[in-house]
Amino acid sequence: MATAPEAGDKSVEGVVGHTADDGVHRRDFIYVATAAFGSVGAAAAIWPFVDQMNPSADVLALASVEVNLSQVAPGQGIKVSWRGKPVFIQHLTPEQMAEAQNADLSGLRDAQTFEERTQEGHRQYLIQVGVCTHLGCIPSGTAAGEVKGDFNGWFCPCHGSHYDNAGRIRKGPAPTNLEVPEYTFLSDTNVRIG
Amino acid sequence: MFRFISYAIGATFIFVLILAGYTDLKAAADAETSESDQVREEYHKYNKSVDWSWNGNMGLGVFGGFDNQQLQRGFQVYKDVCSGCHSLKRVAFRNLQEIGFNEAEVKQIATDWVVEVPSINPDTGEADTRPATLADKFPEVYPNEIAARAANNNALPPDMSLIAKSRPDGSNYLYSLITGYEPVPASFPESQKQEGLNYNPHFHSLWIAMPPQLSDGLVEYADGTPATIDQMGKDVAAFLTWAAEPKMEERKQAGIGTIIFLLIFTGLAYIAYRRVWADQKH
Amino acid sequence: MSFGWSKPYEPTSALGKWFDERLPVPRLVHGSLGGGYEVPRNINYFYNFGVLAGLALVIQIVTGVVLAMHYAANTEVAFSSVEHIMRDVNYGWLMRYMHANGASFFFIVVYVHMWRGLYYGSYKAPRELVWMLGVVIFLLMMATAFMGYVLPWGQMSFWGATVITNLFSAIPVVGDAIVTFLLGGFAVDNATLNRFFSLHFLLPFIIAGVVMLKIWSLHIPGSNNPTGVEVKGPADTIPFHPYFTAKDLFGVGVYLTIFSIFLFFMPNFLGHPDNYIEANALATPEHIVPEWYFWPFYAILRAFTFDFILEAKLWGVVAMVSAIVLLFFLPWLDSSPVKSMRYRPKARMWTYVLLADILILSWCGGAVAEQPYIIISQIAAIYYFAHFLIILPLVSRTETPLPLPASISEAVLKGDASTGAPAGITDTGRNAAPTAQPAE
Repeated sequence: MATAPEAGDKSVEGVVGHTADDGVHRRDFIYVATAAFGSVGAAAAIWPFVDQMNPSADVLALASVEVNLSQVAPGQGIKVSWRGKPVFIQHLTPEQMAEAQNADLSGLRDAQTFEERTQEGHRQYLIQVGVCTHLGCIPSGTAAGEVKGDFNGWFCPCHGSHYDNAGRIRKGPAPTNLEVPEYTFLSDTNVRIG
Repeated sequence: MFRFISYAIGATFIFVLILAGYTDLKAAADAETSESDQVREEYHKYNKSVDWSWNGNMGLGVFGGFDNQQLQRGFQVYKDVCSGCHSLKRVAFRNLQEIGFNEAEVKQIATDWVVEVPSINPDTGEADTRPATLADKFPEVYPNEIAARAANNNALPPDMSLIAKSRPDGSNYLYSLITGYEPVPASFPESQKQEGLNYNPHFHSLWIAMPPQLSDGLVEYADGTPATIDQMGKDVAAFLTWAAEPKMEERKQAGIGTIIFLLIFTGLAYIAYRRVWADQKH
Repeated sequence: MSFGWSKPYEPTSALGKWFDERLPVPRLVHGSLGGGYEVPRNINYFYNFGVLAGLALVIQIVTGVVLAMHYAANTEVAFSSVEHIMRDVNYGWLMRYMHANGASFFFIVVYVHMWRGLYYGSYKAPRELVWMLGVVIFLLMMATAFMGYVLPWGQMSFWGATVITNLFSAIPVVGDAIVTFLLGGFAVDNATLNRFFSLHFLLPFIIAGVVMLKIWSLHIPGSNNPTGVEVKGPADTIPFHPYFTAKDLFGVGVYLTIFSIFLFFMPNFLGHPDNYIEANALATPEHIVPEWYFWPFYAILRAFTFDFILEAKLWGVVAMVSAIVLLFFLPWLDSSPVKSMRYRPKARMWTYVLLADILILSWCGGAVAEQPYIIISQIAAIYYFAHFLIILPLVSRTETPLPLPASISEAVLKGDASTGAPAGITDTGRNAAPTAQPAE
């Protein structure tokens, strides 16, 4: 080990006292680079721990369901489960459709026409998410014998929201109409929700 | 005092171990290897080694991925040959999109699958079946183990979903086993032959319940590859390797990025460490 | 913290001062991991492993909490829920492989850490409690790892649990009742799985608590060092920050790189293929082995095959427990006043024999229970007990140690030719001439 005399002195000094401060605490480029690089890596490593909370592949695969409506007679309704929530599918009679089309929309909290809530060519099927837009309870009125509320549609027992037979909010605290999900008719009686 | 307790405990353990060792050695000197063990040792063959696509450069397994064409061929072998007895219950039809089938094709595969998915008849509430959908896993072949054994001469065809990971050197083993049937060697001792089972030197006990499955031209590959026994064996082993570890490509890609990052980081940290210590002797 | 010349905490910002006056956490960090903790200047890379063990524990806890969000502790679905994590949960494969390989790496780190303690005599006064708390952590880790391995509910999980819980049946009279109590039934089943999950979740936090106590007790005398000579003055030490934070950061980089090689390219190398077969109470695998980190102890357990007054099984269990419990007494079994094996040539030789012996025991523990493995593991087990209970106490009374350096700083300045670092390890930087590397 070839050490110049002054280097030897310095090393002794380095051992004896803490002269570290002048050389060490000065942040030069390499320290900043190491810290920055490490921080970027740590930040990137956090992503998988966050993303694992998002819906998993099997949950996403069930994000759409196909329903066969051939068994649902006019005037009847069914509930199907979609993304863990009920979907109400109501097969309307011509009289119900007429009533819903001719309803007076003035003064409604969330005025939507019947045409906006159903699809061209399949107007007889009213498809909506069966979750009250107030605080998430399930309104009654789909199955025979359930309370349909003051407007012959749906009634939410939690806080008394009344929906008409097109799912529009008429009375009570709910802020909007029952939500209409995305859906596509694959054939006249087959519909894919989601 | 403490010292002597320690000596005494040590001496006791040593004494008992010496007794045990002595009796075991004496027993071992008298013991003879059973004939079946000898036969197994003599006739058992080790796995044939295949140069799989995922072994990558130099066989290090760092860069190589799956060959989707091969996986699709392997799926065809599974579908046409294996699926009659072996389920694949942890893989979903939608997963087939990961090996290059498009959505319409997978949907077709799901609806056409021979076994349907158990369901409940919406009118009567009775047990029923319905065609599979993308979201379904491959339906099980038999309703339960008893049914499976009853249909297979009391042998249980294992599920294939994890078979490549649940056997040592799984991919090579599956290939060796499925292509490894041989006529019983003339020298094979008569007393060790097993009625009703099939001779396969790659199987741990040499006698396997599954009869030979592959024969040349058994399936007709959609991509025109000649369906030799060897080709089908490789393809189906590759498919099952994917089925057991479908995230392998994702894992390797993440690994390459992570290790490059860590090497740079460690290099920087080393330089920083040497800088910090430059004025210190230690 | 513990030395008079440690730099006291001085707030560098108004906010830091405000906070410190109300809750002196900045002071605590400064005194235990910062510039206020003085560390012997000569500690080598072996001393990185304490921090690495802490990192490994953190990785296990973080990935474990994540896995518990997706895992279901029920015999019907446990195996499927693990496969669900592997196939469907976003980055689930990464979480599980990190946790499974992280357990193995935790043990690797802890074993190196223990070896360091053995070699440099870190268990001796005044650090007996540091060592004993470490043994407590080791026992807790073994329990945690064992119960964690049961959770995936594969064949090895099930049969490993069956075999290990049946060890308690060796206890005379009440043994069988204890096994039934531990299992919550007459065999490993749903009740067992549920309680193992609960305890597997709980124990790591208890480990974290014991780690705190251990660090606390370590920081009273401060770290030991390769000479085993206690700190005598300011020349012997340098502050933890920045010197050892920088060194540990580098160590962490190396550790994570090696970990990543296993994690991403051979994630099942340290596992057993049979655990990818769902548990089946009616069929035992041909060859049951525990995870590799239990192999030395498993070999000792199996080495006892002879009924001598007591049943062989009971001997095995007692010996296996003793093999770990005797570590608690190590500070008194080894009565030599000299700590480091650098200055104890005889004891050093025996300590290297012990290392080889433990490696042989591991090899036998992973092998089938047939000759010649049985006799090899019997001989190796004899040495294991002889080493700790007979050889070490004798040697420590009879040997003549080499002359010790007067102080750490003297050893550092004159010790360029000194030998005694364990094989394969050189004290890096010892030969770095200060002129060769300017401070800037």
